[in-house]
Amino acid sequence: MEKATDLFSLKSLKLKTKQQELLLRISILGLVYILAFITRLFSVLRYESMIHEFDPYFNYRTTLYLTQKGFYDFWNWFDSESWYPLGRIIGGTLYPGLMVTAAFIYWTLRFLRFAVHIREVCVLTAPFFASNTTLVAYFFGKELWDSGAGLVAAALIAICPGYISRSVAGSYDNEGVAIFALLLTFYLFVKAVKTGSLAWSLASAFGYFYMVSAWGGYVFIINLIPLYVLVLLVVGRYSMRLYVAYNCMYILGMLLAMQIRFVGFQHVQSGEHMAAMGVFFLMQVFYFLDWLKHLLNDQKLFQAFLRITLTCAISVGAIALGVGTASGYISPWTGRFYSLLDPTYAKDHIPIIASVSEHQPTAWSSFMFDFHILLILFPAGLYFCFKRLSDATIFIVMYGLTSMYFAGVMVRLILVATPAVCLISAIAVSATIKNLSQLVRTKAKPTQGGSGKGTTSTKASSKGALDRSLPYQRNGAIALLVGAFYLLTRYAIHCTWVTSEAYSSPSIVLAARGAHGNRVIFDDYREAYYWLRQNTPQDAKVMSWWDYGYQITAMGNRTVIVDNNTWNNTHIATVGRAMSSYEDEAYEIMRSLDVDYVLVVFGGVTGYSSDDINKFLWMVRIGGGVFPVIKEPDYLVNGEYRVDKGAAPKMLNCLMYKLSYYRFGELTTEYGQPPGYDRARGVEIGNKDIKLEYLEEAFTTSNWIVRIYKVKPPKNRW
Amino acid sequence: MAKSSATKDAQALFHSLRSAYAATPTNLKIIDLYVVFAISTALIQVVYMALVGSFPFNSFLSGVLSCIGTAVLAVCLRIQVNKENKEFKDLPPERAFADFVLCNLVLHLVIMNFLG
Repeated sequence: MEKATDLFSLKSLKLKTKQQELLLRISILGLVYILAFITRLFSVLRYESMIHEFDPYFNYRTTLYLTQKGFYDFWNWFDSESWYPLGRIIGGTLYPGLMVTAAFIYWTLRFLRFAVHIREVCVLTAPFFASNTTLVAYFFGKELWDSGAGLVAAALIAICPGYISRSVAGSYDNEGVAIFALLLTFYLFVKAVKTGSLAWSLASAFGYFYMVSAWGGYVFIINLIPLYVLVLLVVGRYSMRLYVAYNCMYILGMLLAMQIRFVGFQHVQSGEHMAAMGVFFLMQVFYFLDWLKHLLNDQKLFQAFLRITLTCAISVGAIALGVGTASGYISPWTGRFYSLLDPTYAKDHIPIIASVSEHQPTAWSSFMFDFHILLILFPAGLYFCFKRLSDATIFIVMYGLTSMYFAGVMVRLILVATPAVCLISAIAVSATIKNLSQLVRTKAKPTQGGSGKGTTSTKASSKGALDRSLPYQRNGAIALLVGAFYLLTRYAIHCTWVTSEAYSSPSIVLAARGAHGNRVIFDDYREAYYWLRQNTPQDAKVMSWWDYGYQITAMGNRTVIVDNNTWNNTHIATVGRAMSSYEDEAYEIMRSLDVDYVLVVFGGVTGYSSDDINKFLWMVRIGGGVFPVIKEPDYLVNGEYRVDKGAAPKMLNCLMYKLSYYRFGELTTEYGQPPGYDRARGVEIGNKDIKLEYLEEAFTTSNWIVRIYKVKPPKNRW
Repeated sequence: MAKSSATKDAQALFHSLRSAYAATPTNLKIIDLYVVFAISTALIQVVYMALVGSFPFNSFLSGVLSCIGTAVLAVCLRIQVNKENKEFKDLPPERAFADFVLCNLVLHLVIMNFLG
């Protein structure tokens, strides 16, 4: 198709080779742009245009608020519907980039007279930004290697599962726009280092600002860039361009980032940002000395000078850092940061971080699943980068290596590594195919080579001379080319399969295969939340485990005790304690929190395994971390977690067990099994005769996935 | 003995620095003056903060960062317009100055927002 267009235009317009190439490049880029968008639409086709998972519901709710009430109300929003009775200052505790972006798109579309609903905008924000990311990847690849590598990078990143996992339609989360911002910042910074221009540096500061406004992962940028600068200084590749690029970017980026209230003064106060500041000062000293050296032109004098200044500078810096840390002015590193540097830290110290499945260390299989052939191409690309070392390739190598490490520490940071892996692999693919096709073409058309670029033809002819000694080289090259195309095809097939099978389920609507191979949809979550919305008083407070907090406030429009913004560990631990206590003790806690309804998620009927019983040990751990009366061994039998007859007595009578299995003993779930057979865990439950004294069942959804209980008012006489 | 040699070194250093610096073109000297002024203003603010306290922290930060930012941007400009730097011989001084003004504009607009 494209070839035909090209031939046609060649005849009618007499395009030169360069113009043809441009046309081809633009059309490929356009196709990749569209591809990146439509491959993320599986979820909309399979289910419907809806928001996925947990955090996106909060983002959706805040975006809705922003579009309805305007920016100032959004900025000053105090939310009394979550974290009852504490509330949450939303405007000051979120990254507003995503919401503002979506609202801006929405307002633009409205201005252009497209009457869209804000939900559709939110659903399609992530795919739209994924498309934009491909463009940035193209330019980045072009900057690193050549335009061929740029095109391959764009194509690879468009369908890479590691990125798709966070940016399918409906996954309305910060990462969706943040990866775009991340790559843009890096690209602009590399460009600034290459040109040494203040304007590019300013642009990268703005990219950084956008990143800071969108995602907490900006800490990666503010540490990677100083590290890069430091490496360049150490290996002696520093230049004046580097000075211009880094200093302008740092000062302006820091200042812009401070305008985001959630980040605030962290750039001058928290330990995570001190590396950047240290490198900033180091750079001033370093370049000042360099300038003096240049000015003096005398080795001996300079040595004397160096001794004096260096000792002064180092001691002043050390004293400043020591005093700052000791006086508490510079806050120490946060737990999240520690858990990145030491993967076992969270498991021992912060159960609330360790309990989230996406914070687990990455398994090899998920690397393979998310990167496929890129995992093999990555080292090859590193080889090519080292072969042609420049400021830009050093940057991408450092980005690739550091982010690969972080991807190994936490599953969800695969996302950060994806652009680097795609870019480096693209270099490998592009360089390999270019070499091979050169080999193939020189033999076939020796005269054609002369009309190309001068350097290519000399290279080609030298290779041609080499060919005579290797008779099967051309055949080998063809075979390798076919192999490369086969691999790339497999990659495309794998990516599409992963996208459609694994990453496109909204997790709020569950799908399963029925007995006859037909699709069964469990829409229990929404059923429950709409029940809450319709049948409970406006000011009812719902207690549930924190996973469902955002969904209850967004879809059920009811106040929750805790939600996915895990800012107050004690509050969550209180809920965990209530869930793991006996009913009467739990009742006291629930009375003190004004709880009206309790919501639990139960998968025993459908075999849905990520329900509250399977999360229960985390509730015990988090509760026990704050309230020592809750002890994990009380719920285990010989270190084993079970719910059948052999379960621990405390387990069989705690609130969570009772609420999950209430009346479950009467139900036959599977043919050939006794009543009360739990399909999620494959056992018959141990306590079939559950009586509730302080709560009553209010609503159970059609597949029993969500169960809601009402807390009874206290008896008036006792 | 050691001290006197150190002072001698320092004196010699000072002299040679002065003579080397005298050869700098005037426009660069003007930029240097500007940088020195900005840095000394920043130092005054830091000393003031140490004496009086940093209560409106954003005001203090914006004051100091304004000075440091100005100084850094001016140094960048100086690097770019310096004829001796071969890296920037393609960059016309007009373009360098335009970039400088643009960055300063952004810097001070943000500062104004941050002063509070």
